[in-house]
Amino acid sequence: MVDKDTEKDKALLEHPVLVQKIRSRFGKAIIETTIFRGEITHLVEKDDIIDICNFLKYDLDLQFNFLSDVVGVDCRPLNSSFEVLYHLYSIPRKHRLRLKVRIKENENVPSVTSVWSSADWAEREAYDMVGIVFEGHPNLKRIYMPLDWEGYPLRRDYPLVGYKDQYNPCGVEKNNKQSKK
Amino acid sequence: MSEVMDITTNNSEITTREISLNMGPQHPSTHGVMHLVLHLQGEKILRVEPDIGYLHRGMEKIAENLLYWQFVPYTDRLDYLSSMTNNLAYVMAVEKLLGIAIPERAKYIRVIVSELSRISSHLLAVGAWGLDLGAITMVLYAFREREMVMDLFEMLCGARLTYNYMRIGGVRGDLPPGFKEKCADFVRIFPKRVDEYEQLLTGNRIWLQRNKGIGVISARDAADLGLTGPSLRGSGVKWDIRKDEPYLVYDRFDFNVPVGKNGDCFDRYMCRVEEMRQAARIILQAMQQIPDGPVNADIPEIVPPPRENMNTNMEALIHHFKIVSNGFNAPKGEVYSSIEAPKGELGFYIMSDGSEKPFRVKIRAPSFVALQSIDPMSRGAYFADVVAVISSLDPVFGEVDK
Amino acid sequence: MGVTEGNVLFTTVDNIVNWGRRSALWPMTFGLACCAIEMIAAGCSRYDTDRFGIVFRPSPRQSDVMIVAGTMTKKMAPAVKRLYDQMPEPKWVIAMGGCASAGGPFNTYSVVQGTDLVVPVDVYIPGCPPRPEALMYGFLQLQEKIRREMPSVLSKFLKS
Repeated sequence: MVDKDTEKDKALLEHPVLVQKIRSRFGKAIIETTIFRGEITHLVEKDDIIDICNFLKYDLDLQFNFLSDVVGVDCRPLNSSFEVLYHLYSIPRKHRLRLKVRIKENENVPSVTSVWSSADWAEREAYDMVGIVFEGHPNLKRIYMPLDWEGYPLRRDYPLVGYKDQYNPCGVEKNNKQSKK
Repeated sequence: MSEVMDITTNNSEITTREISLNMGPQHPSTHGVMHLVLHLQGEKILRVEPDIGYLHRGMEKIAENLLYWQFVPYTDRLDYLSSMTNNLAYVMAVEKLLGIAIPERAKYIRVIVSELSRISSHLLAVGAWGLDLGAITMVLYAFREREMVMDLFEMLCGARLTYNYMRIGGVRGDLPPGFKEKCADFVRIFPKRVDEYEQLLTGNRIWLQRNKGIGVISARDAADLGLTGPSLRGSGVKWDIRKDEPYLVYDRFDFNVPVGKNGDCFDRYMCRVEEMRQAARIILQAMQQIPDGPVNADIPEIVPPPRENMNTNMEALIHHFKIVSNGFNAPKGEVYSSIEAPKGELGFYIMSDGSEKPFRVKIRAPSFVALQSIDPMSRGAYFADVVAVISSLDPVFGEVDK
Repeated sequence: MGVTEGNVLFTTVDNIVNWGRRSALWPMTFGLACCAIEMIAAGCSRYDTDRFGIVFRPSPRQSDVMIVAGTMTKKMAPAVKRLYDQMPEPKWVIAMGGCASAGGPFNTYSVVQGTDLVVPVDVYIPGCPPRPEALMYGFLQLQEKIRREMPSVLSKFLKS
């Protein structure tokens, strides 16, 4: 089963549109192309991400008009980098593609909200959870956590139960009552 | 005040001050805990700022700290109206990562339960929608049928809402005796019940006035905003993952994908109603085609032995204990697998570093992405239309906030 | 309580007040998470809590019971507290489900580990989520609890 998959993956590496066309168009900007379980991932240069996205969206063979998701990953135990992943889908052509941008901590990524509007909340989520700052985002603020929250929960150094485990959302009122008892 | 016009000379527009109004976090018609900041000019909406996160439970962080199989029950609590499809999306992603195939019978069982889930989710969506717009009878009718689905699920796994029925490599157990007959009964009467709902709502003048032409979004904008499922199809984009990237055995069934025209709330309602009928059709076909055989894959390092063996066989018990306590190592790599959940594209992205726990799990929740479109949909509409717009997107906050 | 021929009712103030309070417990429509669906199911056609005089009200100002149905997060907790404060006395709280009782399966950075850290709880209902029958049993337990209250004695304490 698994062997068959790897053979298929190797064949996909020669895909005329999803691999060859993009690679020939953007030569150096595509650092690496990996294929795992039939999913094509392009690791791309951070600065070219908007150009690449615009090309992917408007090229007639590709037509990636749908941004499924933006994922922020803190890869720290494996290597000292952060990754931003873009899951793309083309509704007319029915194919999928994943773009990957690798950055260092405290580096910014250009926002793709100008290409797909759905990137708005997805990037806010990546900012809130992993702390990746997207340059040019119209409204980059926390989406899940309260605005005064400290830390980014999905980073590796953030514990599961949190820094603020003793955090009392109701302020001092409750403490006063307890001390009276 | 010079801003206020003389209404006797110009009664077309009366300028008022812009006000902001908080709706939520506790509001009966926000379908959970959502906070909307509405910027109003009189009754007209200038813009809407949704504020979410009131049910953020840290699902993704939990997933990183658990073994692969241990996260299955947590997925139940994402979209709690259709837990089965969440289970399915997650176990399919793990199965894709491991590169394993599951037996035919398990595939059919998964199709049956996820279509039942779709029915129960759409029932609550339409019922709560009716409740919000004043058609209280609808919610009572919808729950009558929903209880029948709950009974079926209770036969399967003993729980009414959070099932934990799917396993990596198959399902928890075979269909219990009597399930087939009961399910056939349900599928037989259900289309008539859908006709009843349509009698109540589809031609109803109030329902039409509250929904037709409200929350209009074009096909292009809908795709751009990331809408999926019935909300996208209401705008006329024919994209259903069951048809376009068939998973399990969906390519063997004959069913239609309903598509709307105008992209308003009413079209999204019609899509949901029609999808319930189609789901019943799929269940009927799956019940006829279901083959006999095992319901779990025969892969000893991933799937625990059947329960009957464990009661009598020492090795089976040790084997079970080993898998439950240590889990299994997944190959290094990353996968994204998505299914057509009742609310749209539900995807799980799993990144594995080769250990027994996932390195990163990302949930692509359909209603999280869909909620962005509240603002463009309700601009320029009346205050009361926001309720219809929220209901038509059918958000579930377990899934939105994760 | 005894009824005589002239339709005169002999009872204590406590009894009559408690009877009134427990026979029309109006819970607030307040759903947080999964348990809210079971709460709605309890109010709908099959289980029909209206039989017990339990009618859901969408406003805290008109309700007697708050059912905390679901996971309470740190972001939501101030809102829960405010809603509780908005309810008129006498008021009761039911913590429905594992999350509301003690954090449930979510021992994470964003979840309050039990409603009782924010508002006082009268009845805890275990389950994830509890069945509608369990919710009804919780209501019956609450009625029993109210039956044993002594409002006349309590009011003296409150005055002093």
